[in-house]
Amino acid sequence: MKAKSDQHLFEAYKNSLKREKRIVISWQLSILIIFFVLWEIASKFYWIDPLLFSSPSRVGNVLVEKFADGSMFTHVQVTLFETLLGFLIGTIAGILIASALWSSARFSKIMDPYLVIMNAMPKVALGPIIIVALGPGYISIIAMGAIISVIITTLVVYSAFNEVDPNYEKVLKSFGATRWQCFKEAVFPATLPAMISTLKVNVGLSWVGVIVGEFLVSKQGLGYLIIYGFQVFDFSLVMSSLALIAIFAAIMYKIVEKLEAWLIKHST
Amino acid sequence: MSFLTLDHVTHHYFSKNGYTKALEDISLSVGEGEFIALLGPSGCGKSTILSIIAGIMKQTKGSVLLQNEAITDSELPIGYMLQQDYLFPWKTIIDNVLIGPKIYKKEAPAVKEKALELLDEVGLAHVSDAYPDALSGGMRQRAALVRTLINDPKILLLDEPFSALDYQTKLKLEDLVSQLLKTYYKTTVLVTHDIGEAIAMSDRIFIMNADPGSIAKVFEVPVELRNETPFLVRRHPKYQIIFDKIWKELDERAPDSEGAEAT
Ligand SMILES: Nc1ncnc2c1ncn2[C@@H]1O[C@H](COP(=O)(O)OP(=O)(O)OP(=O)(O)O)[C@@H](O)[C@H]1O
Ligand SMILES: [Mg+2]
Repeated sequence: MKAKSDQHLFEAYKNSLKREKRIVISWQLSILIIFFVLWEIASKFYWIDPLLFSSPSRVGNVLVEKFADGSMFTHVQVTLFETLLGFLIGTIAGILIASALWSSARFSKIMDPYLVIMNAMPKVALGPIIIVALGPGYISIIAMGAIISVIITTLVVYSAFNEVDPNYEKVLKSFGATRWQCFKEAVFPATLPAMISTLKVNVGLSWVGVIVGEFLVSKQGLGYLIIYGFQVFDFSLVMSSLALIAIFAAIMYKIVEKLEAWLIKHST
Repeated sequence: MSFLTLDHVTHHYFSKNGYTKALEDISLSVGEGEFIALLGPSGCGKSTILSIIAGIMKQTKGSVLLQNEAITDSELPIGYMLQQDYLFPWKTIIDNVLIGPKIYKKEAPAVKEKALELLDEVGLAHVSDAYPDALSGGMRQRAALVRTLINDPKILLLDEPFSALDYQTKLKLEDLVSQLLKTYYKTTVLVTHDIGEAIAMSDRIFIMNADPGSIAKVFEVPVELRNETPFLVRRHPKYQIIFDKIWKELDERAPDSEGAEAT
C-alpha cells in the first residue's frame, strides 16, 4: 500500500520533469523559428539591406547549391581536419610540457617568466610569423589551432600536478618508487579529471586559431569562404559558412563533452 | 644486536620564513621482532620520525641504521602505513594492494593469490574488485594494512592505524594485526595517542615531549602482558598499573590538558 503511493509520487515527479523539459524545448524552438522568420521578413521588406545581411532563404540556397556540387564538403572537411588536429596537438603538447616542468622543479622555475609572457601574448598575433616559418599551407593553420591552446593547457595541467596530495607520493616512495613511477601511478591519474576538463576549453580555442589561420592564408576551408565571400561581396556565402561553423563547432563541443563524461566515468 | 637504530637524530623543517625544529637528538634502538610504541601529544614529531625511518625524508642531523646499514642504502622493503589510508581512489582494492609488488617489479600470479589470501584474512575478500569510495573507513584501513603487508616488509611503521575506527572495530583490528605481526615475526614501530593501545600492543613505550620532539621516558611493558592478545591485555590486572604510571607521566608534562588528545 505504502510502496504503491510512493511509486505514484515518483511517477508524478517524473511527469513534472518531462513537462518542464517539453516547455523548455518548445521555447528554444520558438526562438529559433522567430529569429529566422524575422530575418527573412526584414530582408524581404528591405528593413535591413539584403545585400549585406542576406536572408535565410538565400543562405539555404547557397548551402544546397554548394553541397550539391560537392565543393562545400571539401571546405568543411579541411576545416574540421585542421581543427581536430590543432586541438589534439595543442592538448597533448600542453600535457607533455607540463610533465616536463613537473619532472624538474628547477626547470619549471627557470621557465616561469617565459610561460607568463607566452600566456599573456595574444597567440593569433603570431599568425604572420608562423606562416613565414611553416609556409602558407595547412601546416601553418594547424599550428595556429595548436599554439592557441598549448600554453594555457600547460599552465592548467602543471598547477593540477602540483595540487596532488603529496601523501599519495609518500605511499609510493615508501615502496621505493622512482619519480617517474610516482608520476605514472599517482600524479597523472590524480590529475586526469583536470586534463579532461581542459579538452572542452581547447576545442573552442582551436576553432579560433584555425579560422584566423584560414583568414590569413588558405585557399580552402570555412574561414577561407568567409574571407572570400567578404572580398567578392557575397554575404550569403559568408553567412552560410558562419552557420556551418556554428553547427560543427557545437557538434564537436558536444562530442568532447560526451567524451569527458565517459572518461571521467571510466577513469575514477 | 639491534635491528633499527636511530642515533642522535635531529630534524628541522625549513621554509622561507624560518624553520621548525621537529625532532631533537632522538636516539633509540629496536631489536628484531620487537614492537615499540611512540606516544606523545599532537605535533611532537611522531609522524616525522616515521617518515625518516621510511627513508622518505632525510634527517638534518644524526643517522638511521637498519641492520647496520644507512636507511637510504638499505634495500629492505619497509611497510609504512600513513596516518590516513591514502588508498588510490582510481584503483580497485586489489590493485591498490598490488601497487607495492608493481613497483618492486614482483608482480606474479602467486603474489596476487597471496594478496587475495591476506584480504580474506582481514575480511575484505568480497570487495577486492570494489573501489575505495565504496568502503567504510575501517575497511579502508584494513585494505591499507594489507597493502603494507603484501611486500613482506621486515619492519612496519604504523602511524595511528586505528585512529579512524569505532572502538569495537579498533579492538578487533588490534588483535588481528598483533597476531599477524607475531606470526610473521615483524619489527614494528607504532605511533598512537591511545595509552591503552600502546600497552596492549607493544613491548616498549616511548613517551615523547613536544617543541622540539624528544624522548622523555621509556616504559617496559611487563612480560606477562606481551604475550596476551591486545583484547585480553586490557583485562589483565597489571594493565591498570602501567596505564596509571603512563597517565601520570603524560599528565605531568601537559598540566593544562586533560590528558587525552583530540586530533
Ligand atoms: N611539512 C612540514 N613543514 C613544516 N613543518 C612541519 C611539516 N610537517 C610537520 N611539521 C611540524 O613538525 C612538527 C611535528 O610534526 P608531526 O607531523 O611529526 O607531528 P605528530 O607528532 O605526527 O602530530 P600528530 O599527532 O598530530 O599527527 C609540528 O610542529 C609540525 O608543525
Ligand atoms: Mg602524525
